[in-house]
Amino acid sequence: MDPSVPGAPRGPGGERWLDEAAGPVVRPYAVTRGRTRPRGEPLDIVAILVATGRPAPEPGRLTREQRRLLALCRRPHAVADIASELRLPLGVIRVLAGDLIDSGLVGIQRWSTPSVQPHNDPNLLRRVLDELRAL
Amino acid sequence: MSSVRSEPPEPGPLAPDDVDDRDDGPRVALKILVAGGFGVGKTTLVGAVSEIRPLQTEEALTNVGAAVDDLEGVAAKRTTTVAMDFGRITLRDGVAIYLFGTPGQERFWFMWNELSRGALGAVVLADTRRLPASFAAIDYFEQRGTPFVVAVNCFEHADRYEAAEIRGALDIGPHVPVLMCDARRAGSAKQVLVVLVEHALRLAAARSVPSPPPRPATAPAFTQDG
Repeated sequence: MDPSVPGAPRGPGGERWLDEAAGPVVRPYAVTRGRTRPRGEPLDIVAILVATGRPAPEPGRLTREQRRLLALCRRPHAVADIASELRLPLGVIRVLAGDLIDSGLVGIQRWSTPSVQPHNDPNLLRRVLDELRAL
Repeated sequence: MSSVRSEPPEPGPLAPDDVDDRDDGPRVALKILVAGGFGVGKTTLVGAVSEIRPLQTEEALTNVGAAVDDLEGVAAKRTTTVAMDFGRITLRDGVAIYLFGTPGQERFWFMWNELSRGALGAVVLADTRRLPASFAAIDYFEQRGTPFVVAVNCFEHADRYEAAEIRGALDIGPHVPVLMCDARRAGSAKQVLVVLVEHALRLAAARSVPSPPPRPATAPAFTQDG
């Protein structure tokens, strides 16, 4: 195909570029600089992230997506919420959030009683049940 | 809404009855999985009971995936994105329930492993015309000890059965709740979740009998680290 045909330009590598209707041209992992796995323990899909309020030492080194993530986390957000709002796959959010956690800009909210996790805390489940019934 | 609350108001400078804190973001997140075969109504159920939102995860490209994915020009791409049904029910005091509808095929079990870790429980949505499509999910949750209920989505042209017949056909124990539902109706979908939380509560209460928690039911405590 002629590269000059509108809608079918080709990149330097000869690959076919996509038009706007095809969605983002940037591949998801371009925003993570090619990394597909975060360092350390993987973040749970409903881990709740909150910005620590610490200033970024070098704000210019944060990617646009990391800045958006940081802005969202001024209020607590679960990892799945962030992925949905930023329209990026979960794995991408894990990598971006992992970097922000490593640099102390974002923290993970932890349940305060490690012996009883939320999902098997009878007190919490009773409250959930009451509220569900009342919905 | 405040009139139905059964707990004492939490201490604090603000009277909780006057404040709806649901915009403050979650402090505690509970996961519920909605599993079942293709076309059984997972999306419908999640959408009936919560605000459904787009969520993408990714899976490693297998031969199966490669056959349907256009790989032209993306030779370096080793994963492909998979859409998941995702919904959230926001309760008071920073508690949120997250619903995840996951495809039933075995190639998606990598997602189930993550989703079932620390999950409140699972709904196995079943269709009486294709009960065997539920076997894999039932086996999976039984083996992992995840609390689950079987909800039979009553499609209009499907034969009706009693819960006992379904239980027998699926070979599940008497302690596992089986109920009929109409996944399109909010009230019916909510009832499925109520039965699941009741079931999870029974199991959790049985586990915690030796040392009943001394603290009263108050707002969930949390700390932050990072």
